[in-house]
Amino acid sequence: MNRCKNALAVAMVISLAATVAAAVNLMSIQIKKGQLRTTPSFLGKIVAELNYAEQVAVLEKTEAWIKVRSSAKNAEGWLHSSALTSKKIILKPGAADVAQAASSSELALAGKGFNEQVEGEFKTKNPQLDYAWINQMEQMVVSQNQIEQFLIDGKLSPKGGIK
Amino acid sequence: MKPVYTSKCLNAIHQIGLIGPVLFIMTTLLLTGCESMDTVARIGTAVGVATGTIDQAQAESIQKSAKAVARSFQDFTPEQEYYIGRTVGAVIVNKYKPYHNLAATRYINLIGQTLSRASDLPETFGGYHFLILDSDEINAFATSGGFIFITRGLLRCCRDEDAVAAVLAHEIGHVQSRHGLQAIKKSRVTAALTTLAVEGTKTFSGQNLADLVSTFEGSITDITTTLINNGYSREFEQQADQAAVTILQRVGYDPNGLVEMLKIMQDRLRPGGLDFAKTHPSPVIRMADIQKSIGPYRAMANPGARQQRFSESLGGI
Repeated sequence: MNRCKNALAVAMVISLAATVAAAVNLMSIQIKKGQLRTTPSFLGKIVAELNYAEQVAVLEKTEAWIKVRSSAKNAEGWLHSSALTSKKIILKPGAADVAQAASSSELALAGKGFNEQVEGEFKTKNPQLDYAWINQMEQMVVSQNQIEQFLIDGKLSPKGGIK
Repeated sequence: MKPVYTSKCLNAIHQIGLIGPVLFIMTTLLLTGCESMDTVARIGTAVGVATGTIDQAQAESIQKSAKAVARSFQDFTPEQEYYIGRTVGAVIVNKYKPYHNLAATRYINLIGQTLSRASDLPETFGGYHFLILDSDEINAFATSGGFIFITRGLLRCCRDEDAVAAVLAHEIGHVQSRHGLQAIKKSRVTAALTTLAVEGTKTFSGQNLADLVSTFEGSITDITTTLINNGYSREFEQQADQAAVTILQRVGYDPNGLVEMLKIMQDRLRPGGLDFAKTHPSPVIRMADIQKSIGPYRAMANPGARQQRFSESLGGI
């Protein structure tokens, strides 16, 4: 009886461990572009840029930063945890993915719900609403070098977060 | 030789067989996000009922509570937040009109994007972007995902860069705490996420698309009504002010810039105005709350280092 119990217990532990390992080790980029940096800081040098839904392997974690490895880019570096999700993101989901996502916590579908198509329909119904300035706002991007210079010129010494 | 199972052994297998699924369900529930709690709970409780470990009433109760958890604003992905933010932003910029001044716009993006990286939510789907509105009202708006708007009237309450940083950090605080999404009526969040559970593909069609667009429209109205007409609760404003103090300190700005700006705002707000006079707690109340954490107002140590670029960029605002 003990042998039966042991065998089943071991099988359960393995199954649970596999679930835990899968949940912990792989994460996906949940923003349009994620920058991989040499140090856990927004002032760290950027070593690679990762796209939405790209999967990375988790190597190390601090309170707010996660060190990951991207096989696709053959690079290692740090990302802020808000750029990552533990779910796998399917960029172009097919019917099978939809069925699977409905019963899995580990899958997310890109473009699910409020998306470009819904915005498009909304625009058709509200043609007077102009998105030109919103599109223009998105082009207003400050580079890391500009931020560093801005901090130096303004005699600002970051004590956390950005640092 | 064929293995022989004794009744004791079978009994043990049966017991472990019951514990197994329950343990697995519990572990899965712990490991999963809210989005699929409902599904997980349904499958889990079905197993529980079938194996006799829980009864039907318990099963229904688990499903009910999982549903309550699952249908929350937190289930919106950063990508969905971004699309909500884009349209709320479009409504705001169409109502107020942008201020055409490249140097001033560039300057507030430098301050704002620097501050956003020191927030607790530095990475949003499309990043943080800042725009000045051509209005004398004392007003500012933050939409989901990081589109932030500030009026010329409010910038005129700022005498230095630390004060401008304080205003922008307060708005980043609203984004970080996802206050915009919480303005969406709960029934609408439920409707949106129910449609999503039924069909999740990139291309919606027919009735599902119509339902989703109608829910989207409703969500936009909920948020813009809160931002423009009703304002957030005092609690949310306190959270945003507290976040602002933290963000300012992390970057190296003096949080007294926020108090200084509020003093000027107090003098300028007109009773009955449709701006911060209507949507925010009075500056006096806000100052009292802020000073609980930073102490009494003291003149800022070194805003002079940043004064020249402030005057060059916003002197004529």
